Amino acid sequence: QYNHNINHNLPLNLKYEKQYVGFATLPNQVHRKSVKKGFDFTLMVAGESGMGKSTLVNSLFLTDLYKDRKLLNAEERINQTVEIIKHTVDIEEKGVKLKLTIVDTPGFGDAVNNNECWKPITDYIDQQFEQYFRDESGLNRKNIQDNRVHCCLYFIPPFGHGCMKALHEKVNIIPLIAKADCLTPNEIKKLKDRIREEIDKFGIKVYQFPECDSDEDEEFKQLDKELKECTPFAVIGSNTVVEARGQRVRGRLYPWGIVEVENQSHCDFVKLRNMLIRSHMHDLKDVTCDVHYENYRAQCIQEMTSKLTQDNRMESPIPILSTPDVETEKLIKMKDEELKRMQEMLNKMQQQMHDKDQ
Amino acid sequence: MWTLQSCGSVLTLSINADLARPCTDLFGYVGIEAVLDQMRRKTIKAGLEFNIMVVGQSGLGKSTLVNTLFKSKVSRKSCTPNYEEKISKTVKLHSVSHVIEEKGVKMKLTVIDTPGFGDQINNDNCWEPIVKHVNEQYEKYLREELHINRKRRIPDSRVHCCIYFLPATGHRLRPIDVEFMKRLGKIVSIVPVIAKADTLTIEERQEFKEQIRQDLAANGIRVYPQKEYDEDPEERILNDRIRESIPFAVVGTDKEHQVNGNKVLGRKTKWGIIEVENVAHCEFANLRDLLIRSHLQDLKDVTHDIHYETYRVRRLNESNMNYSELGLSTWPLENKCESDSHL
Repeated sequence: QYNHNINHNLPLNLKYEKQYVGFATLPNQVHRKSVKKGFDFTLMVAGESGMGKSTLVNSLFLTDLYKDRKLLNAEERINQTVEIIKHTVDIEEKGVKLKLTIVDTPGFGDAVNNNECWKPITDYIDQQFEQYFRDESGLNRKNIQDNRVHCCLYFIPPFGHGCMKALHEKVNIIPLIAKADCLTPNEIKKLKDRIREEIDKFGIKVYQFPECDSDEDEEFKQLDKELKECTPFAVIGSNTVVEARGQRVRGRLYPWGIVEVENQSHCDFVKLRNMLIRSHMHDLKDVTCDVHYENYRAQCIQEMTSKLTQDNRMESPIPILSTPDVETEKLIKMKDEELKRMQEMLNKMQQQMHDKDQ
Repeated sequence: MWTLQSCGSVLTLSINADLARPCTDLFGYVGIEAVLDQMRRKTIKAGLEFNIMVVGQSGLGKSTLVNTLFKSKVSRKSCTPNYEEKISKTVKLHSVSHVIEEKGVKMKLTVIDTPGFGDQINNDNCWEPIVKHVNEQYEKYLREELHINRKRRIPDSRVHCCIYFLPATGHRLRPIDVEFMKRLGKIVSIVPVIAKADTLTIEERQEFKEQIRQDLAANGIRVYPQKEYDEDPEERILNDRIRESIPFAVVGTDKEHQVNGNKVLGRKTKWGIIEVENVAHCEFANLRDLLIRSHLQDLKDVTHDIHYETYRVRRLNESNMNYSELGLSTWPLENKCESDSHL
């Protein structure tokens, strides 16, 4: 279980020992509220058809989201545009509720000419930002729904590369090497190196794991290091159970052997799952809110205010508070200072009169 | 279940596969409750800010109580030597911040004192500087929130809790109490306490509390925890119990004495030692539990989700901007949608 050592034991019992003030229970109070409210998470998957995206998503969340899917044949796909399809799933485990939204992008990279295939995706991401921006700027902010995309799993075919650059400043990208069971360990290593080089060379900003705290224990730091050195993750997914080494495992059965999805020497599925869900889900949301969304918002405001100055008819898109302008402020300051001087003179005069009386 | 939306060239098909059953026969465990751990770590790392205001006439033991609550000298008592006490003509607010740490959790505690409140012969409008201060903090936060380049964590100087000290007269609320709580109760969470309660017997205390509760109800004053903000039945039951026992009758001290071989915080008199943390003697422990151990986060949430939002709505309406009626043409994506061609 990816539950590193928190360096203190917080008793859940609120009847606390006397010598403490007791505000260290705050994380528990927050905890209780979160359990009641539950969490939400929006995950986008992008990659050509047949990369194993659906299988991987099902494997990650132990769901069966694509039961009734109909796969299109080549002819049908010639004129297909990139679609955006959302699936929502409610998962509950140990009393914690997660509302998971998977945003699928069928058609991505499938056409003959894929020059603009990323556009529907960036438009979708922007739409969610815009919706949130409107909600946040509105008057009733009680139940804002957060549909922003927190993470995009980008499937790189084992023999190719992709166009991540269009997305990298809008969403947290986690590149994955798909269908890694057709590569030998050496080939995987070479491919990972090549991808990392390309990412550096083209300045693609993929999701960066945050640095470890200095007070974390060694085991955690080691795990964290291994995680970072392992990217991009080479993954395999499976919805079927096979028997391997006397156990029932999730895997793929080939004549030459059995690939076990959860075997860390076979692929990085476990690392991906641990990272995505068990250790970095919250950080992915934070980076989306604090970085990607804020960038969008700042850009939006600037665009709109520049339009505003050009066209006086339009109303301001964000709340503007009535503030005194610079000129008025200057005037007020001057008057203040004048008043101060007069007051000082008065005090002096009073003092003099008082002294005289003595 | 199925909704079809179209915006320009993008067809969005939303399927609500509500409660798709996880393949538990493919055994496993996704591990989502680890998200709570992640949140907890972040909360602990970030530390917390808590701003508490104390209001009441001088001599009611405000500073002593705050020091007792937080087990540190966070507030300077006006009875210490060298304390320059000028009876000022107006209420001057006075903020002091301290960072206290406990079990790895850091808290930046700010105590806002209000010397001069209720101390004059004519106390008309003595609540005004306080109302002004509370609103100023909301205004500050609002401006930060509206900024183009916002801080990751907006510094929170909003008043999360206002402890109002009632002298232990044993009778009823005085006009100044009613006036203050009526006005402030609308913009901040008020927790009234009966100060220096060691002059009341248990029976007198019960009668006094009952009278106060009646007076509060009669004047339409809502103190924390407000009934209308209870989120679910479980919370309602918990808060009802609290509402039936407020205002808490408290005694504060920083002196320790020996009682039955234990060191206790207490006030020593000729007829006995009043143990501050003994629930049979006074309700200090209940107040501390409410404010810190169980409702600390809730106080902050109520301030943020309710009081602050109320202020914000009022300010936005004042500025004559109504965003729900914004013309769509000002939003960039709508423009793009209309003008761009299909893929």
